[in-house]
Amino acid sequence: MSKRSSDMFNVLWLQSGGCGGCSMSLLCADTTDFHGQLRDAGINLLWHPSLSLESGDELQDLLARVLDGRVRVDALCIEGALLRGPNGTGRFHVMAGTGVPMIDWVRRLAGVARHVVAVGSCAAWGGITAGASNPTDACGLQYEDDRPGGLLGAEFRSRSGLPVINIAGCPTHPGWVIESLMALAADSLAEQDLDSLARPRFYADHLVHHGCTRNEFYEFKASAEKPSDRGCMMEHMGCKGTQVHADCNTRLWNGEGSCTRGGYACIACTEPGFQEPGHAFDRTPKVAGIPIGLPTDMPKAWFVALASLSKSATPKRVKINATADHLVMTPAVRKTRLR
Amino acid sequence: MARLLVGPFNRVEGDLEVSLDIRAGTVKRAQVNATMYRGFEQILQGKLPHDALVYVPRICGICSVSQSVASAKALADLAGITVPDNGLHVTNLMQATENLADHLTHFYLFFMPDFTRPVYASRTWHAEAVRRFAPHTGEQMREAIASRQRWFTLLGTLGGKWPHTQSIDPGGSSRAVEQAERIRLLSKLREFRRFLERHLFATPLEEMAALSSLDALWAWHDAALNVGDFRLFLSCARDLELHQLGAGPGLYLSFGAYSQPGGAHALASGVWRASEQTLVEPDTLAITEDAAHAWLEDAPMPLHPLQGMTLPNADKPGAYTWNKAPRLAGEVVETGAIARQLASGHPLVRDAVAKHGGCVLTRVIARVLELAIVVPMMERWLKALEPGDPYFTACELPDEGVGMGLGEAARGALGHWLVVKNGRIANYQIVAPTSWNFSPRDAGGTPGALEKALEGAPVLPGEKSPVSVQHIVRSFDPCMVCTVH
Repeated sequence: MSKRSSDMFNVLWLQSGGCGGCSMSLLCADTTDFHGQLRDAGINLLWHPSLSLESGDELQDLLARVLDGRVRVDALCIEGALLRGPNGTGRFHVMAGTGVPMIDWVRRLAGVARHVVAVGSCAAWGGITAGASNPTDACGLQYEDDRPGGLLGAEFRSRSGLPVINIAGCPTHPGWVIESLMALAADSLAEQDLDSLARPRFYADHLVHHGCTRNEFYEFKASAEKPSDRGCMMEHMGCKGTQVHADCNTRLWNGEGSCTRGGYACIACTEPGFQEPGHAFDRTPKVAGIPIGLPTDMPKAWFVALASLSKSATPKRVKINATADHLVMTPAVRKTRLR
Repeated sequence: MARLLVGPFNRVEGDLEVSLDIRAGTVKRAQVNATMYRGFEQILQGKLPHDALVYVPRICGICSVSQSVASAKALADLAGITVPDNGLHVTNLMQATENLADHLTHFYLFFMPDFTRPVYASRTWHAEAVRRFAPHTGEQMREAIASRQRWFTLLGTLGGKWPHTQSIDPGGSSRAVEQAERIRLLSKLREFRRFLERHLFATPLEEMAALSSLDALWAWHDAALNVGDFRLFLSCARDLELHQLGAGPGLYLSFGAYSQPGGAHALASGVWRASEQTLVEPDTLAITEDAAHAWLEDAPMPLHPLQGMTLPNADKPGAYTWNKAPRLAGEVVETGAIARQLASGHPLVRDAVAKHGGCVLTRVIARVLELAIVVPMMERWLKALEPGDPYFTACELPDEGVGMGLGEAARGALGHWLVVKNGRIANYQIVAPTSWNFSPRDAGGTPGALEKALEGAPVLPGEKSPVSVQHIVRSFDPCMVCTVH
């Protein structure tokens, strides 16, 4: 299948106040032919910082042609936060070779792009770059943490009529990006496919908790007490998987991974403001011994009652294994036929 | 004298601009500008020390594990913790996975595409370079991305995900590897070995690693011209005389990579002085950072990282970059695979540097060679894991103290220094590999390693982004997001 380039879905990818990790993650997309996969979906990478030949004046020339309408941008992908400082000048990131702050480039390019896509939590909400006192006055394209606004403003709509699409995550999962771009290229991503924070629902309608390999420990509230323990990390280790929107434990990362499978807590990296949780990342804040961040869609009293009941019924096997780094007690071998 | 402002550079990590003064078709003076500031050192002030392990990997998406390891080491140093052998091996496996992926990415995605440029259309190797390395279509480039994707599945198992793995802790690894997983990981290592032996080298890794001189390397090259991608690089390099391009400062720094049980490193630490062929241990107390030409508040004199400060001042006169100028006892050093192999005494790299110095050719040789050297090491570390033995030592971080974490990212020496007071981070300073290599001038006006390496680079008539400058810049495999953090 070969399409003329004018029929292709043109993606322009730029980076600002981030680490480049979303691009590096993108290259881990689960395919034997990264470029072939995009091309087959009709996607043309007009320019990407890690993948294109054009450097310096060649890119500047391309950007000029985009701005005067000679080259169409179907998706403007921005990776990294937008750095408004110091004092609104944007000088914390001037696009190399141009003397122009990146925030100005992004404002101009967003005005001509059919879709605008925030790749990763930095571009979506400000992310880790907006940590602590936010020394660079970093924000997302259309959000500042969970407050609408950001660089482009709450009212911004790209030429397609959609708001900025927030493929949040730190980093974002390559599958989330590829599928979002493919859906856009196929004209099959509409406003109702975005959640209330403009994240694509195909991944944001799930919870990290779904598919967690520690679920048996969760059921019995058999908890990990230190890194490398196998137990549930919700009670003591700061895990937010029961509240956080993402399909990390059903889609998996890098073949067979996820944060919880790696032995550390979900820190809510797809959610606005994750960079300043208000407590130690690896410790669950508690009131009177009860964790404060319980699952949001059940009454707290019920949760506490069920937890105390399941704790009292925890099988010895589950209890012992919860605080070990390898299987100490294996499930008993039993006949499972009724006859 | 003509002035040329080159940027943005792509196929480097982060944003980079180079300002060139050109006379008679040659670069006379270069100024290297890192154009973005994010402020991690400010963000980390006042944080709980252990929380640094969430922030610091996010300095960099291409070497996040290296940042994690340096931070975990600094915290372990603060607390006086020793990591159990299993934890050490898993950490090394993760860091090696990342480092080798970086070398692979650099070679196939960042460096080789420059040989496909139209300016080289008349060269005998050009059509072959285009077939293999052209962005978006190059056959070998696409094979390499596929191989890289499979390779990173090692980190899915070892650390949950990449980048921004959080399984690395001062006490070891939060992920214990099971017996069956060890077997699966070994088969993935072999898969990567097969890629390297079939595509990159077309030669067994052990044979590559055993090449002991430049003559031996060229004999290997001539025996099977352009068979394998590294041989094609060597053909381009010989034709374009890349050994004459991008001379470094001649002083090389390695902090030592892959800590082994007992305290040694799999790749040695050391400062190699090429002019005298001498190796000494790095004196970390002699490390200072000079902010004279950075958009950062100056101290009266260059400071050691434990006293260092990083406070932006965008209006500072005479400043041209967000990067400070690290110096070792006042001297400019180069760091990277070339420094690691010199410190480890690899005969091929020592011979190549003795003949040509640090240059575009020798930097690439050292990096590619490391792929052949480290994969067999990883096979040994994986076999050394003892399922059932601990991967982690529980520990309390003290409320007061200092810590230093040194290691080697793909691009070279990486150091973290932290000061803890009242249970909070009172200071945290990071000196990254590209901070060394791409440092600006210091207060004495001495240019950094790249600034010096660009002097003398040829500029062809009409060039706005001189191709020689691109080769030199990318030969360092720069990471600008780490540099400015």
